[in-house]
Amino acid sequence: MLGYLARRVAMTLPVMGVVALIVFALLHLAPGDPASIMAGDAASPAELAEIRARLGLDAPLAVQFVTWLGQILQGNLGLSLHSHKPVAEMIGSRLGPTFSLAVATVTVSLLVAIPMGVYAAWRRGRLSDRLVMAVAVLGFSTPVFVVGYGLIYLLSLKAGWFPVQGFTALTTDPVRFLRTATLPTLTLSTVYIALVARITRSSVLEVLGEDFVRTARAKGVPEARIVLRHALRNAAVPIVTVVGSGAAFLIGGVVVTESVFNIPGLGRLVVESVLARDYPLIQSLILLLSLVYILINLAVDVLYTVFDPRIRY
Amino acid sequence: MSALTTTGSAPRRAGRLLPRGSGLSACAALVLLVIGLSALVGPLVIAADPLHIDPVNRLKLPSAAFWFGTDAMGRDVFARVVYGARTSLLVGLASAALSLVLGTLIGLLAGYFRLLDGIVMRVMDGIMAIPSIVLAVALVAVTGANLGTVLLAIVLPDFPRVVRLVRGVILGLRQEAYVEAAVSLATPTWRILLRHMLPNTLAPLIVQGSFLVASAVLTEAVLSFLGVGLPPEVPSWGNVIAEGRTYFQIRPGLIFFPGLFLALTVLNINLIGDALRDALDPKLATRR
Repeated sequence: MLGYLARRVAMTLPVMGVVALIVFALLHLAPGDPASIMAGDAASPAELAEIRARLGLDAPLAVQFVTWLGQILQGNLGLSLHSHKPVAEMIGSRLGPTFSLAVATVTVSLLVAIPMGVYAAWRRGRLSDRLVMAVAVLGFSTPVFVVGYGLIYLLSLKAGWFPVQGFTALTTDPVRFLRTATLPTLTLSTVYIALVARITRSSVLEVLGEDFVRTARAKGVPEARIVLRHALRNAAVPIVTVVGSGAAFLIGGVVVTESVFNIPGLGRLVVESVLARDYPLIQSLILLLSLVYILINLAVDVLYTVFDPRIRY
Repeated sequence: MSALTTTGSAPRRAGRLLPRGSGLSACAALVLLVIGLSALVGPLVIAADPLHIDPVNRLKLPSAAFWFGTDAMGRDVFARVVYGARTSLLVGLASAALSLVLGTLIGLLAGYFRLLDGIVMRVMDGIMAIPSIVLAVALVAVTGANLGTVLLAIVLPDFPRVVRLVRGVILGLRQEAYVEAAVSLATPTWRILLRHMLPNTLAPLIVQGSFLVASAVLTEAVLSFLGVGLPPEVPSWGNVIAEGRTYFQIRPGLIFFPGLFLALTVLNINLIGDALRDALDPKLATRR
């Protein structure tokens, strides 16, 4: 197990390396010279030369890459071009809302989607099954911002239950956190619920067709126990896989949702940094979000052994 | 199992959407046909100009004159949605086509030539490890927003999934007896690739292609919505929605009308994709 873990972690290193290369290339493949991009249109030649020297832009690209990577690895993410604050500090101040939103979304999604999927599989082919699956397709196809504005319209503007925008941290005021976080969480959850419900249904269905389920039925095991103990447990691996790969949708969804609800999290920081062309900030954000995604999928691989003891490495 | 390191494509293909034979794919095709036709001939038929600014008729409610009302500049929202269909579908189809061509080419080479395989797939893993919306947003930011860069921003995160799909098929085919026979007959490599292997990738590619169109239409809308997509004066669904944000509280239709068309399009493309998967490729169809 430990050996496997070490190998698995080692496997992510080349991927991270390629990600770093792409992120580095982003700035350097852009038309124009990075110094003039950073300095803006009004910079004088002397200023450009100064920036170029300061950032080491006169060195060969390979040297620049190694230098840049070295700084990143030492935790030096550089300064924001816009606010001149350290990038690490800016990112740190935005982690909280996004983290709480992501945790809430995954929790809510699993709590809703797994029962949905199991129920649909159990009632296979009936009206309730079709309804559940129709909801899943709809959730999957409706753009995140349309869902968000739909919820705002119905539950904030019409019903008046929730504030339209804004965010309060859990630690500041738990009640206000619930009021402000509910709609964004629901918005983000739609895609996740759709993904997880569909995979749960199809994996449970597959297991329900296996011989050992027939045996269990034949010896009189109660139906609920068959579905929950035998089928769901064996369906765990594909479900966990989807939760991991779905994290990409979650990260993309966070960017959109935080814009819709005006939440000061990482997603909005991505948009803000892009609109301001704040390159050090953009680069760090991409690196961070990719790292998170890679780590989630690493965790998923390790979780396989927990859910399915037959998988041994 | 451990190959799942950085996957991100599986969910869109996981599980069936709806039970077989529900007549749904026919409905989906019909709706898509209507949307496609209105994108094609709508601008020729409707008289309203999507760019015409009319300060007297700002933020009108839907009426006989303005079916979907007017926006903050008095522009006809119905006209903007119809013209927007053109932009959105064009971007969706073009970027899916680009992803397919590029991905197939690289996938063929990576699958056939062992030497290339390792390097190419590591690069693809790296690209797929970057959440696609984030990569797309950053690309547009760096290169500046126009049709070309928006296409690039959609294609770059998407095409590695095609590469992986094609490479997988090719890897499997290399063991086939007829491929070995072709090799032993000194068939030129390009001929083996194009005549003997490429046709086998067609069915999964058509299926993947339909999901690519759906995801490209969505990505374009998200980019425009965030303000980093096509220039704001171009009517695309995402742009129309983005402009509606300010006045959403008094005129929700500014977001819901284009949003409805966007959702309908994506939904029906996904439904067609599922139907295609079942029809074309029984191996890909997940168990019911």
